Amino acid sequence: MTGKKVRFGEKLLVVLLFVFLYAPILVLIVFSFNATKSRAVWTGFTFKWYGELFSDATLMSSLYTTLGVAVLSSLIATVAGTLAAMAFYNMKKRWRTPLLTISNIPVVNADIITGVSLSLLFVSVGKFLGHEYGFLGFGTLLLAHISFNIPYVVLSVMPKFRQLDNNLVDAAEDLGCTPAQAFTKVVLPQIMPGVVSGMLIAFTMSVDDFVISYFTAGTTTQTLSMYIYAMTRMRVSPKINAISTLLFTVVLALLIIINFRNNKNDGAAKPVTAKEIKQ
Amino acid sequence: MAKELIRLSHVSMAFDGEVVLDDMNIYFNDKEFLTLLGPSGCGKTTTLRIVGGFLTPTSGDVFFDGVRINDVPPSKRQVNTVFQRYALFPHLNVYENVAFGLRLQRPKISEKETAARVGEMLETVSLRGFEHRTVTSLSGGQQQRVAIARALVMRPKVLLLDEPLGALDMRLRKDMQQELKRIQQQMEITFIYVTHDQEEALAMSDTVVVMNAGKIQQIGSPEDIYNEPKNAFVADFIGESNIVDGIMRADEVVEIFGRKFRCVDKGFAPDEEVDVVIRPEDVDIVPPEKGLLIGTVTSVTFKGMHYDIIVDFYGFKWLIETTDFCPVGERIGIDIVPEGFHIMKKSIYSGMFGDYSSYSEEYDEISDAEYVEEAANDGEVPE
Repeated sequence: MTGKKVRFGEKLLVVLLFVFLYAPILVLIVFSFNATKSRAVWTGFTFKWYGELFSDATLMSSLYTTLGVAVLSSLIATVAGTLAAMAFYNMKKRWRTPLLTISNIPVVNADIITGVSLSLLFVSVGKFLGHEYGFLGFGTLLLAHISFNIPYVVLSVMPKFRQLDNNLVDAAEDLGCTPAQAFTKVVLPQIMPGVVSGMLIAFTMSVDDFVISYFTAGTTTQTLSMYIYAMTRMRVSPKINAISTLLFTVVLALLIIINFRNNKNDGAAKPVTAKEIKQ
Repeated sequence: MAKELIRLSHVSMAFDGEVVLDDMNIYFNDKEFLTLLGPSGCGKTTTLRIVGGFLTPTSGDVFFDGVRINDVPPSKRQVNTVFQRYALFPHLNVYENVAFGLRLQRPKISEKETAARVGEMLETVSLRGFEHRTVTSLSGGQQQRVAIARALVMRPKVLLLDEPLGALDMRLRKDMQQELKRIQQQMEITFIYVTHDQEEALAMSDTVVVMNAGKIQQIGSPEDIYNEPKNAFVADFIGESNIVDGIMRADEVVEIFGRKFRCVDKGFAPDEEVDVVIRPEDVDIVPPEKGLLIGTVTSVTFKGMHYDIIVDFYGFKWLIETTDFCPVGERIGIDIVPEGFHIMKKSIYSGMFGDYSSYSEEYDEISDAEYVEEAANDGEVPE
């Protein structure tokens, strides 16, 4: 009897939680299909704003920048992060623990600090190399994204290394593998789920990022999130709703894929989601 | 005369300054089943890993068929290994696990020949029909067989086995022991087997090498090792023994507890102090008046086939196996035939074993405890 009441209360809490979390986004999505510019009154269904998105040249170029940076930075960070995880795994524990902690600090560090510090670094290095102006751009944006993506890959791949049976590499070499072959034929297939998850997380993080991009992209390059921010400062257009809806959908889809993969593959290892890491 | 295949010459191994193998000299013959036997930490697995090429000795040389192979990587040695806990490749099915090594060989082996050799090997380990199963779906015993097939399909001259039966239950172990012996005879290759289980070693081996603290204690046939232990460590580690101090008064005469007994050993210096080993099953219980020694029963344990009784002789407690029930407190006499006395020179192990005064469950569980400890140690290797 009382048990039922408690359960009802719990359900209500969960519903409220989701309302708080997703009501704003839901409103955003609904109004991205609103026929007029009104943000309060529903006046009819339209795809107009989505259509306008694709005829907006600035927006499309910022989309390409975002995708380009996301693809390149996640690929490079995945390779670098996997190699780093392997090095951590082969380290003596006395070194591994402190170094892993240091490597994870950027994950919990405030984006604004990462952004400002990277910006300072790039500008001072640029000055040193003789670029008085215009050094910040796609290159520095990419470097910044690679740098904040690597720890996510390490975090995702590390548990897979821990699960690895120490004797597997020995067994592979015993059967004729060179150390390189042992890695590609035996180790890589074992850690692959972690590597792919790491890459997806890195991609999501890169698409998601605004603050660090804002500080490192300079004046000539802009990502989608930077473009949205700029739009809000100029004039309010329902195009914002449309583009935000698209961005939200892409990130949500990636998160669902990552979670699904982790649940399917991991078993023992704790699934790591982007949001979880971000907290 | 068997042909020598592998020789370790003055091999020493130290990890971070801690000596694990101390100037080891040993050779392994072709087609023999040799067991490295010893408690955890005795250096037996290290020896195996040196032969396999996974470790390079700190000093000393490894020879294969007369050629020094210190710097030859595992992939280039005619030696394959069955690892503790199998180390099967989880992303490959049974067939691909066994075919793994063949696919790496150059010049390439045709798919047809690969299939034939894998099939033949699976036949040998009785796993026909399991080709397309994932290895994780197999039982421990079946995984073990895949590991053996995966190593043997390479047609090595030597198969190294690192406690391969450790993770199996008692019954399966016994079956696999016979299976391994059969496979070794069928393939006609050398098996070097590492175990801490003396029963396993005695049951399967042609030659047993008893090791402790990085040193070889004794090399011999299972019968030699059991019947003629070289020192107190071997006597204690192989089976149960009562080890007492004695003095060789003359050839074939040994004195213990101030009394002289006939034995069959000779060649000791007159009045040399020795260790005397008496196996619990070599002691006959007789009425006190007919006994060579008289003692008091202090404990009786029913073992099914026999009783283990602890008998106090002049303050020194012996373990005796007997089929006659003797109640606690009874005074009994014992008789030992001359062949029942095994005389050993004094060694650093003298006085460390043999008195069952602290006899308790501990003497029963020593082997189990050791295995758990070793398994725990091995799991932590790269930490």
